[in-house]
Amino acid sequence: MTRLAAEQRHRIRFTLNGEAVDRLCEPRMLLTDFIRHEIGATGTHVGCEHGVCGACTVNIDGQPARACLTLALQVEGCEVRTVESLADKQGRLGVLQSAFRKHHALQCGFCTAGILISLDALFARRADADEAEIRDVLTGHLCRCTGYAPIVKAALEAATELRGDISHEPIDA
Amino acid sequence: MKPAAFDYVRAESLDETLDVLRNAGGDARIIAGGQSLMPMLNLRLARPRILVDIMRLKELRRIEPRQDRIAVGAAVRQAELLQWPSLDRELPLLSLTLPWSGHVQTRSRGTICGSIAHADPSAEIPLALLALGGEIVLRSASKRRRVAACDFFLGVMATDRNDDELIEAVEFRVSNGRRCGFREVARRHGDFAIVACAAVTTDRGVRLAVGGVADRPVAREFETLEGSALDDALNAFAWDLDARDDLHATARYRRDLVRMIGRELIAEVTQ
Repeated sequence: MTRLAAEQRHRIRFTLNGEAVDRLCEPRMLLTDFIRHEIGATGTHVGCEHGVCGACTVNIDGQPARACLTLALQVEGCEVRTVESLADKQGRLGVLQSAFRKHHALQCGFCTAGILISLDALFARRADADEAEIRDVLTGHLCRCTGYAPIVKAALEAATELRGDISHEPIDA
Repeated sequence: MKPAAFDYVRAESLDETLDVLRNAGGDARIIAGGQSLMPMLNLRLARPRILVDIMRLKELRRIEPRQDRIAVGAAVRQAELLQWPSLDRELPLLSLTLPWSGHVQTRSRGTICGSIAHADPSAEIPLALLALGGEIVLRSASKRRRVAACDFFLGVMATDRNDDELIEAVEFRVSNGRRCGFREVARRHGDFAIVACAAVTTDRGVRLAVGGVADRPVAREFETLEGSALDDALNAFAWDLDARDDLHATARYRRDLVRMIGRELIAEVTQ
């Protein structure tokens, strides 16, 4: 039996965006705080901290999940991906991110990281996801700026492009 | 909002899990997917001294047919049951209800048994278990016992489970040709239900279960399935649920929904 005492820091190992993490944390530390404060990857946002808003959504072993409803210790041995993994090493936006930019699918951007992660997981699972499935995934997120319509539009265009149905014109200014 | 401090036990066997529960005297809580318990910890509505993580126990991660039932182990996630290939055939009611339980981002981690243990009166999984006439299998260091769903839920987030017991599995009765239906009204798909109804045909008529109105899911059997007699019976059911006004809806609106959705669902499953 592994019993990890409350007031001590314990070793935790997992993979974050393809890189091995090997650090210490207290049992009560949330995955959101571990990623932001211990690692310093601040792309994952913290909104409501009780699982409602979706801002903190990360990918755990291929599935979108609430980082605020996950203890850091629970992802021991898991593969975790955050919004930082969506752009390439040179910082060029991925297909989904580019579509968000083109369609003005964000304004303040607070909810965006979580939405991108959820949609990225959807397209990885179902490349031919339709509008109903996209909207179903979006029910797990709150956006107070866009009214969702531009997000759906961007997601549909990204899905089309990811399937290879249209050629993408670079929009870097 | 951060949880208060607790010891974290990564359980490696069922026996040691049950030992921890026995010795903690109510100060230990099981964590599986954490989608109900973590909000309680973050809001400090729950402050256990010990948290026992059971997700690495393979023996709890099974979906298995047992005679006329399907047993779902304590570590089976909601998304896993939703993707179980036989779900449409064996438990069509769950094919209908699970997509309403939280969002894809919470079903990916939340477990079936966790939702039963949490016993939120508006939750869909306890409602489906009650509608199907299921049982909860409880296990402590000294014994195993079974409780029918209709006796398990005692009130808002209160159940018949003792502090030293783990919900080892829940058993749903397979559909066996019985017809079923489900309908829910909520502010946003995936949010807690204002009213959720599940209907299942039985030998004598239709069992209608309602969540989100009383302090627990409640089921009633209807034998007369048409006409004003059915309206009267549904009206009596709606009043007996003792609906209350709250932030989300008035008691009257809830009774209206029970009468209306109840009627629609009964028509749907008896067509």
